[in-house]
Amino acid sequence: MLNHVSEITLDQISTEVWKLKQDGYRFVTMTCCDRGESHDILYHFDKNYELKHLRVTLPRGTALPSISSLFFAALLVENEMKDLMGVQVSGMAIDFQGRFMLAEGSPVAPLNKSIPGIGIQIQDKTPSAPEGTVKS
Amino acid sequence: MIRRNTIPFGPQHPVLPEPIQLHLVMENEKIIQALPAVGYIHRGLEKIAEKKDYIQDVYLAERICGICSFMHSQNYCQGIEELMKVQIPDRAKYLRVIWAETHRIHSHLLILGLLADAFGFENLFMRLWKVREQILNIMEKTTGARVILGVCAIGGVKRDITPELSEYILRELEAVEKQLPELMDSLLKDYSVKQRLIGVGVLPKDKAHELGAVGPVARASGLRMDLRETGYAAYGDLDFKMVVGEAGDCYDRTMVRVKELYTSLDLIRAALKRMPQGPISVAVKGSPPADEVLARIEQPRGELNFYIRGNGTRNLERFRVRTPTFANLPALLHQLTGCELADVPVIAICIDPCVSCTER
Repeated sequence: MLNHVSEITLDQISTEVWKLKQDGYRFVTMTCCDRGESHDILYHFDKNYELKHLRVTLPRGTALPSISSLFFAALLVENEMKDLMGVQVSGMAIDFQGRFMLAEGSPVAPLNKSIPGIGIQIQDKTPSAPEGTVKS
Repeated sequence: MIRRNTIPFGPQHPVLPEPIQLHLVMENEKIIQALPAVGYIHRGLEKIAEKKDYIQDVYLAERICGICSFMHSQNYCQGIEELMKVQIPDRAKYLRVIWAETHRIHSHLLILGLLADAFGFENLFMRLWKVREQILNIMEKTTGARVILGVCAIGGVKRDITPELSEYILRELEAVEKQLPELMDSLLKDYSVKQRLIGVGVLPKDKAHELGAVGPVARASGLRMDLRETGYAAYGDLDFKMVVGEAGDCYDRTMVRVKELYTSLDLIRAALKRMPQGPISVAVKGSPPADEVLARIEQPRGELNFYIRGNGTRNLERFRVRTPTFANLPALLHQLTGCELADVPVIAICIDPCVSCTER
């Protein structure tokens, strides 16, 4: 289970990440989940094998402030989120302009739920299946 | 006169086992900036995982990597087991350690061989890979496959190791261990090899922490960080001792991997000796996972993270993979800045890059 999760707002990101950096936490990674009207952004940090997570709900169309000025390592995963989930990230140390993971002619934001998988039928037929998936 | 050029290193290069490009901005022979260009083998596995049944995803996870495949399936299974509150039998935990450590040995021998090849020591490369064959033979004999083992399952493992197989493994490990000193002396004591590795690609301890380096790259810089210390699977019962370097250069990264070969040999022997009798798996009952978890294990290249989020159906809501090579890319960029062009192959190989995992 995901323990030690702090729910924060967009304008708290820099402050909270800065505090974790000052406390000696290591940046592990970020995760982005498509929740329909918004994206769930999770920041994962580690100190002495203890994980700490920050969760931000990012409404669609809103830009996520980059933390790459605090943790340079975040710039790769931020560029990946921009490519694969279509999340706009502002202030990245290096912006690959949507060409970090994907080539020209690739589908736009292919990991979003609105983009169906190709040639794979969903196994579960219950009504609670994820929104946007292909039903058999 | 200073001349500035940009040199594309890769995606196809003799030292790179998989395609990745590094844009190297040079001033004469010195690199002043390095940028990665990935995506040549992005397969969209995270998307496929959402479309498959969560049990089928065990096979998918195993195919993320063609080197440390078992550990991907192990991490996925551990994550799902945590979400579904499944307690696996003790014997299965020990069997997982045995196959995980054989994977670590074969992965370290593979990269040490490629490193030898990178600095032009072809004979050493071939001899290291010859030893690696014996490890692959152990995997083939115990599981029927050489790399993609397919033995990990949610609730335990699918195959057992009989006393006869256990004897066979011990004999093979002894044969492997006898060959190691001569080969490792060539890697760590040879004058020419030391000239290529010592003081090259230095990553200071504070920088390694700041850039989120993991695995042998982090440990070679002096960071005490190895998830096996947390005691997952059966590591808590096996007197695991972490290997840590100091200088943070290519030599220490090589030294950490060499010493970890011996650690893995000891861990397999200890696991075979202490493995309890009993079942190797339990039936998994209950509803599909409906919560979220960040599952982690220590791969040969470092910390592997799987974020798994269920929604109560047989399809996962989200499956995200953060591989150790992805975490080590910022550290690689730091090491490359300021180095000579001739050192780039050795520095790149020394992070043990696994590009297909990284791109998924």
